[in-house]
Amino acid sequence: MTNKISLDLRIWRQESVSQEGAYVEYRIEDLSTNLSLLEALDKLNEELVMNGERPINFDHDCREGICGSCGFLVNGQPHGPKDATTICQLYLRNFRDQSTLTLEPLRAKAFPLIQDLVVDRSSLDRLIISGGFYSVDTGSAPDANSFKVSQDNSSSAFQTATCIGCGACIASCRNASASLFVAAKLAHLGQLPQGQTLRSERAKQMKKQMAAEEFGSCSNNLDCEAICPKEISSNWISWMNRE
Amino acid sequence: MSHLPDPCLPTGVCDGAWQRIQTSLPSIPVEKKNGMQIVVVGGGLSGSSAAATLAEQGFHVKLITYHDSPRRAHSVAAQGGINAAKSIEEDNLDGINELFKDTVRGGDFRAREATCRRLAEISGSIIDQCVAQGVPFAREYEGVLATRRFGGAVVSRTFYARGQTGQQLLYGAYQALMRQVANQRVELLPRRDVLELIKVNGVIRGVVSRNLLSGKLEVFRAHAVILATGGYSNVYFLSTNSLKSNATAIWRAHKQGAFFANPSFTQIHPTCIPLGDKYQSKLTLMSESLRNDGRIWLPKQINDKRHPSDIPELQRDYFLERLYPSYGNMVPRDVASRRAKELCDAGFGVGVDGRSVYLDLRDAILRKGPQEIKSKYGNLIDMYERIVGEDPLAMPMRIYPAPHYTMGGLWVDYHLMSTLPGLFVLGEANCTVHGANRLGANALLQCLADGYFIAPSSVTAWLAGQTFSPSSQEIDNACIEAMAKAQKRIDDLVKVKGGIPVDDFHRKLGKIMINRCGIIRDERGLRSGLKEVNELKNQFHNEVRVPFEVDCPNPELEKAMRVADFLELAHLMLSDALSREESCGAHFREEYQTKEGEALRDDENYSHIAVWEFVRGASSIKHVEGLSFSAIQPDKRSYR
Ligand SMILES: Cc1cc2nc3c(=O)[nH]c(=O)nc-3n(C[C@H](O)[C@H](O)[C@H](O)COP(=O)(O)OP(=O)(O)OC[C@H]3O[C@@H](n4cnc5c(N)ncnc54)[C@H](O)[C@@H]3O)c2cc1C
Ligand code: FES
Repeated sequence: MTNKISLDLRIWRQESVSQEGAYVEYRIEDLSTNLSLLEALDKLNEELVMNGERPINFDHDCREGICGSCGFLVNGQPHGPKDATTICQLYLRNFRDQSTLTLEPLRAKAFPLIQDLVVDRSSLDRLIISGGFYSVDTGSAPDANSFKVSQDNSSSAFQTATCIGCGACIASCRNASASLFVAAKLAHLGQLPQGQTLRSERAKQMKKQMAAEEFGSCSNNLDCEAICPKEISSNWISWMNRE
Repeated sequence: MSHLPDPCLPTGVCDGAWQRIQTSLPSIPVEKKNGMQIVVVGGGLSGSSAAATLAEQGFHVKLITYHDSPRRAHSVAAQGGINAAKSIEEDNLDGINELFKDTVRGGDFRAREATCRRLAEISGSIIDQCVAQGVPFAREYEGVLATRRFGGAVVSRTFYARGQTGQQLLYGAYQALMRQVANQRVELLPRRDVLELIKVNGVIRGVVSRNLLSGKLEVFRAHAVILATGGYSNVYFLSTNSLKSNATAIWRAHKQGAFFANPSFTQIHPTCIPLGDKYQSKLTLMSESLRNDGRIWLPKQINDKRHPSDIPELQRDYFLERLYPSYGNMVPRDVASRRAKELCDAGFGVGVDGRSVYLDLRDAILRKGPQEIKSKYGNLIDMYERIVGEDPLAMPMRIYPAPHYTMGGLWVDYHLMSTLPGLFVLGEANCTVHGANRLGANALLQCLADGYFIAPSSVTAWLAGQTFSPSSQEIDNACIEAMAKAQKRIDDLVKVKGGIPVDDFHRKLGKIMINRCGIIRDERGLRSGLKEVNELKNQFHNEVRVPFEVDCPNPELEKAMRVADFLELAHLMLSDALSREESCGAHFREEYQTKEGEALRDDENYSHIAVWEFVRGASSIKHVEGLSFSAIQPDKRSYR
């Protein structure tokens, strides 16, 4: 069942933010289509190391679409062409033999470049720090069965809580808005009975931080929803604006 | 040679012991806590929960992780759920008893009774804590918390959030942590690898890390250090762990004097997506919750190449149901893995190289409808389809066991302190409750018990009894020494300039370990394994190639340092497996089995935790911590 594939890769190489970057072309030959794109890069890196060249730097860890570490652009699209799929779960069988793929980092003002395909997404942590939590100290929690949550509510809160913080929504947005990321967090916290106190305060704080980090504003292009590997709906942005 | 320190187990009956002890532990006034610095290494469930809680209680905490954000820790990948004795009825003693007993029994009587008891007793408050943080657990129609059944259990007590329980629990802990960052109680130190510990007069007083962006070595001093760095399944190269999961911090601690407990106790999970290609970088877990609805089978006929749908019912062998009528597909992991391996070895396997078995949802779909199955396992089904390119609703999945979890880890006493004073170890990195085999959904529970409840009390109690007197000169010298050690390891690696890439060595090590120290072990294989690992280690230090620019990001160097430590740890794992001449839990020695092929425990000689002491320039010394049981008597673990 194993098919082979060969691809031309144009990869953005940049030593550091203070140096110029450029595309460099590489070719990978006869790889099994059962490999993921990142595994193809691993293999290419092995060759680069053997030739004394600096390997291509990209963020990754779990390789099963859940940690949110990975994420660069494939032919202009964050996480590449497959719906609901992070880059680490993108297998070579999704590409045509002999095609060319352009790989470049997520580009946004709030995500300064570190090296090659790696960017700094700590601005997302700072959004959570600004108010993306409930204020409850360990040991002070009431009995979890002392209140009920309807199945609809909990499953809808769950949906929004599945955001993996990869930043693709921001990189796909022409304004580099973080609205979907923030809306998802506010909706997760705002839909549960535990989160009703301080609900509007949270929204205010997170929106303020969004501006401080120089994320753009939302102009309803909805590219974010299309690109989100966890398929979080952009309806939550309107929900947030009503908060 | 030193002796095994006191495990500090509670005296008296173990029911309620934790409650009794806790009230008697010394505390520290808040003003004093304010002047104390704790370094937590690791931002997974155990690290984030401990850091957040210690900060809430008034300490200053620095949290170091190699990730760019704590939200990415490997805990995020846990799928199936978290156990807890928590029912809607108020009095839940039965539940606590059952969870306690299942944990001890699941671990095949190779864990301390008192710590298992504590785990079960704390479990209910953990669910309370998580719900209060906003963890969206699944609910029943009436709005109460829903549960499901996991392997090794007859009752349903696993709480879950779809197939993403670890993610949701981690985000709960992460958000609690970020709240403390906002309060300026926690300082995040991301993108750093901890490479060495700082020891002053025998006490751990800080860490040395390498900044993964600048390449600089940095020192972080502390009054106490917590390692919450996860498990070491990546010693097998192919595992279900994240690619960068590693043993470096615990291995470095071990080499400085922290004893290592039961290193060979590793769990091979039965339901993972099998290998598709040589260059594959990891194996992906399909949560065992699928075993609730999926039936595991193989063709009855050897080497049967037919499409699964062409194999009629009567020619299918539902081997777990056949062999274990009462537990069926829900037998514990080690049992399921062993049976699958044996049948594949015997030629009944399917898929690439005959190295898989079927996990079939067909009957559940017929019974419950595709919609219900999809809503229960949606993300798992999608994941399988993405990786394999086939739809599990239309065709049985192919699965095979893969290294998944390490029960072994640094030895800690009842208060989670290692044999190095001032060094506490939490989560998968320690060795407390899982014995020789971890019960499904007990890891997340243990991480949160350690982080939210146990460590905050015990770290505080330890600090309360310390006077920090060493002169700053002594500390400075210790820091310089630790930095120099880390620097030398880096220099030695880049200097080799050999011709073999790091991953090649890692792949080879993985092969040795899975063959010699995997699902089934035997004396000859283990002895060969020791020799093979030694040779590979020598070759590594003479022929590895690592890019030599070190004052900048260098992911190959990070990998090389991890593999160097895995090579040493592998040796200890093999020695441990060799010295345990019995079968128990996941440690299955071919020589020690019953007529039915089940593990043959030897309580007379091996009812202990094997505790290894590192000795520079000589073989490691094995100490034993004897185990005794009063609340539950060792019986034969039987799932038939
Ligand atoms: C795929 C999968 C599914 C699972 N499903 C379940 C389940 O359903 N139920 C269950 O109970 N258990 C499950 N487990 C087990 C459970 O997820 C883990 O045991 C647990 O999450 C480990 O948490 P931890 O806090 O110990 O470490 P981790 O979450 O692994 O975190 C380790 C942290 O340490 C940091 N770190 C490591 N080394 C260094 C270093 N040298 N320097 C700096 N930082 C370092 C990392 O950056 C990370 O932040 C599963 C495991 C896997 C692999
Ligand atoms: S590597 Fe974790 S989501 Fe891709």
